[in-house]
Amino acid sequence: MSNQALPRPRYNAPEPERGPKAALKIEARTAPLLQGKVSEMPDVAFGWAMRLCGVAIVALLGLIVYQLVVGSQLSWHAFGWKFFGQSDWNPVEDHYGALPFIYGTLVSSLLALVIAVPLSIGVAVFITEMCPISLRGILSFTTELLAAIPSVVYGLWAIFVLVPLIRQYAEPFLAQTLGWTGLFTGPPYGIGMLAAGVILAIMVIPIISSITREVLTVVPQHQREAVLALGATRWEMIRMGVLRNARAGIVGAIILGLGRALGETMAVTMVIGNRPEIAKSLFAPGYTMASVIANEFTEATGDLYLSALIEIGLALFFVTIVVNALARLMVWSVTRGQPARSVA
Amino acid sequence: MSLTTHVPAISWRRRVTDHAMTGVAVITVLLVLLPLFAIFAYLVYKGIGSINIAFLTQTPKPVGEPGGGMANAIAGSMVILFIASALGVPLGIGAGVFLSEYGRNRYGDIVRFVSDVLNGVPSIVIGIVAYGLVVMRQKHFSALAGGVALAIMMIPTIARTTEQMLLLVPQAIREAAYGLGVSRWRTTLSITLRTATSGVITGVMLAFARVAGETAPLLFTAFGNQFWNWKPEQPTAALSLQIFTYAISPFDEWHRQAWAGALVLIVLIVSAVAAVRIAVRRGTLAGA
Repeated sequence: MSNQALPRPRYNAPEPERGPKAALKIEARTAPLLQGKVSEMPDVAFGWAMRLCGVAIVALLGLIVYQLVVGSQLSWHAFGWKFFGQSDWNPVEDHYGALPFIYGTLVSSLLALVIAVPLSIGVAVFITEMCPISLRGILSFTTELLAAIPSVVYGLWAIFVLVPLIRQYAEPFLAQTLGWTGLFTGPPYGIGMLAAGVILAIMVIPIISSITREVLTVVPQHQREAVLALGATRWEMIRMGVLRNARAGIVGAIILGLGRALGETMAVTMVIGNRPEIAKSLFAPGYTMASVIANEFTEATGDLYLSALIEIGLALFFVTIVVNALARLMVWSVTRGQPARSVA
Repeated sequence: MSLTTHVPAISWRRRVTDHAMTGVAVITVLLVLLPLFAIFAYLVYKGIGSINIAFLTQTPKPVGEPGGGMANAIAGSMVILFIASALGVPLGIGAGVFLSEYGRNRYGDIVRFVSDVLNGVPSIVIGIVAYGLVVMRQKHFSALAGGVALAIMMIPTIARTTEQMLLLVPQAIREAAYGLGVSRWRTTLSITLRTATSGVITGVMLAFARVAGETAPLLFTAFGNQFWNWKPEQPTAALSLQIFTYAISPFDEWHRQAWAGALVLIVLIVSAVAAVRIAVRRGTLAGA
């Protein structure tokens, strides 16, 4: 790759001139360099243009915060902190509380993690430690393909394939076996918190597993060899030599997955049922912070209504920023300052 | 006397655990691949029957009338993505150049951290910001607002991948250029960036593929449109928005079209990425 920069040989270059004329030409070409009269203006201008681009990124973040804070002023003055503690969402009476959405976001994301974490770690361990090298590339490419599917296509698939499956098989089965916990009761609609959790799980698996994979490959080879030399089986080597060393990084990967799940909008909106209620059963419909914005933003007639939605956006923004920053730090602590791959 | 020491045999319990965990790992892989294949199989199975000339050339028909298509949405998506790329790509690459060539210091670290943070901001929140920035000022929804939202999402991804690609270019090549008396800006553009072209383009395509299917930030920026529209300051249809509207509708005909739209969207994304990859590999774009 690096030699791409080398100049091409010029096959049709004109014959070099000979004689005193040629010598004169060379002298003329080198003269400006020797005299040092090259202007530094373009260099300085270019440097500052690039710095401006860098500043633009910071400014962009500032702009986001500014827009959200200004937009949510009205709602903030009307409700204060109580906004996040009240479960009454009533556009008709112009009274808003965000608790059902916060609850829905948290429960659906945690449910997604419960499903996704064991699966993603299993996939990462299989790819890095167990599978033949020839399979490695194909498997990691295929799992990353899951990340390339747009959210709305996941939602479409979930509505017409996943939800009927959950309604017909998963929910009756869970109600029978785990109904006593109170988490799996009520009529099996299919659409609801459970479906949202499952589709979110499918969507965060590629993120968690690809970062876990990266963290696992950073674990030094001699750790594995040392454990094996003590007579460990392969699984014991993975458990003691690999997973234990990569713990902080894996937790970071999980939190990054959480960050993605919290902000995910379309697929969840399409299957969660969109009802602002807090129900213990996972079969019941719910509502998330992202989906209430998606559904009601264009319909928000009053200023206070719009402001309340923007305040939910502000809360979502802060939560995801804290979660992401935390995760980055944890992944960094393992991969030692090498930047973690961007989550695309 | 032989020197072989007695190696204790691995107990059956440890052996069984070992095999069991291998089995568990294989099962997790199968469980993860299952939805992937299911999604692609369903897309092709449901979508391919609904794609026809009408779908690709006509605008949506009113409810109840059969036929119609998503031609305006496909065109609208392209307009929005063009605006997003025109705004986001130069800024993103510029920021990447800053990070790798001028940002090996504290200021660079700040920008690096902020762009990682920006990368994690939910797309719906970016939609709110674009609404405040463009829609509120213009007083109506527009392709421009949608483009701005998607551009904001592209910038951090492009910046970070560009930085990583430029850092791969050996320092010696830059120094060789300086040694020949080439100025710094010229070196950066014609030597460093040129060398890393294929990597930078891959990063741009990654960002492009990521925003091409985005729906949430377009809901209240581009808004959607049932008719043809080429004006960037008017509400514009987008493929992803149309899929969403049709998927949650109660009509079978619209469901069919949603599947077809999803198939077209995936094919467009994959072929755009593949085309650029091939072009880069053949050296048409790498310029070497």
